[in-house]
Amino acid sequence: MSAIIKTIKSFGLFELLRGMFLTFKYIFKAKVTINYPHEKGPLSPRFRGEHALRRYPNGEERCIACKLCEAVCPAQAITIEAEPRSDGTRRAIRYDIDMIKCIYCGLCQESCPVDAIVEGPNFEFSTETREELMYNKEKLLSNGDRWEHEIAQNLKLDSPYK
Amino acid sequence: MSNSFSLINDLVIPGLIIVAQIFAIILPVLLSVAFLVYAERKVLALIQLRRGPNLVGPFGLFQSFADALKLLVKENIIPSRSNKIVFLIAPIVTMVLSLAGWAVIPFAPGWVLSDINVGIMYLFAVSSLGVYGIIMAGWASNSQYPFLGALRSAAQMVSYEVSIGFVIITVLLCVGSLNLSNIVEAQKTVWFAIPLLPMFIIFFICALAETNRLPFDLPEDEASLVAGFSTEYSSASFVLFFLAEYASMILLSAMTVILFLGGWLPPFDIAPFNYIPGIIWFFLKITFILFLFIWVRGTFPRYRYDQLMRLGWKVFLPMSLFWVVITAGFLVMFDLLPN
Repeated sequence: MSAIIKTIKSFGLFELLRGMFLTFKYIFKAKVTINYPHEKGPLSPRFRGEHALRRYPNGEERCIACKLCEAVCPAQAITIEAEPRSDGTRRAIRYDIDMIKCIYCGLCQESCPVDAIVEGPNFEFSTETREELMYNKEKLLSNGDRWEHEIAQNLKLDSPYK
Repeated sequence: MSNSFSLINDLVIPGLIIVAQIFAIILPVLLSVAFLVYAERKVLALIQLRRGPNLVGPFGLFQSFADALKLLVKENIIPSRSNKIVFLIAPIVTMVLSLAGWAVIPFAPGWVLSDINVGIMYLFAVSSLGVYGIIMAGWASNSQYPFLGALRSAAQMVSYEVSIGFVIITVLLCVGSLNLSNIVEAQKTVWFAIPLLPMFIIFFICALAETNRLPFDLPEDEASLVAGFSTEYSSASFVLFFLAEYASMILLSAMTVILFLGGWLPPFDIAPFNYIPGIIWFFLKITFILFLFIWVRGTFPRYRYDQLMRLGWKVFLPMSLFWVVITAGFLVMFDLLPN
């Protein structure tokens, strides 16, 4: 008897029709993709995107050239050269990140004692040449000025878990 | 004077009329191909919960034109080890054959380019010839993937044409004419899809195999054959293959509609339905069949090659043969044979 039912089912294309009904139902379901350049998905406060060097509210740069980030960087993407400034404080005269080498692990921002180097929420920094991805100190500082609001917000949101 | 041959009246004017008629068929067909590609991408996207093309023009409607333009301005690469003449002729052959079938399709009563009495045989022959373009492409490319794709395509089309032949015979038994307009007229009382439902399903599935559509798209199976017979093609010659594939899809849908869904006839010959002109019914039915093509593609995984051959030879062939006998027996028994 079950063999007969099986034959009827297979000749009646029963399972095929069920599959087609399922896909037909999916036509009317809500879409899961978003219209990317026009709509963007939410980002976690811990999102590790483009790097930035921050400043204190009085405009003084935070980085003290301790080179902890350079030491911890697993991809060895960071190069720092330090020298005392005229007022006697220790400052970085060179702070380069090779964004092509960088693996965006976030160890640099974790190691930073003064929250100077951070990975901001920006992930749309593609360029047309490789040279443009060799970031220097000016570029990183200008990133910091540009994203300071979002970065500060993210650090505040993430602070209870640190 | 009136009986003598006049170049203008007897050659140029009829010639121009025929050329105009050809354009009146081919341009809408090519335009429908463009929108069919768009519709396919959109329906597949909906089934897979994606958005599909939505940037070029309103709702992305002009996406196909943008793609065609992109392909046409690209470089046409001819592999150095290929047989260049055959390589270039193959897409032209495929394209011409997929458009030639439209010559006999009746769009509405009397709306047919050449109302020949062997219309269905002509259609069958032209759709079978389509395999030559693919074999030529596969052989001339002189490379493994196109060659394998072409062999698969040839074997597949030959296998499924046998069943299609028997399906057509069943319909012809009920009509008693090979003329496509007569076939449509014979469905005035009831569309053949209802009394010949199993044949309709077999014909539809064979049409999928005939046009190399999923789940039977082994000739251009991306996973194992890159792009099958069209792997080595680029630019305009690829566009021709692409257009030909979709044009033959529309042609096969038109054939399905004429054989089983009553061509231009309205579903019921009563007031609100028969106000709508036949061409619109014909168009709507073709659209429905094309939607089925896309829907099936969005639902089923690809067959394995041996399963494909088993289905063609061991299931469809005996079943269609059986139904030819049943239909013929039924018609003779109740004395319903036409003429």
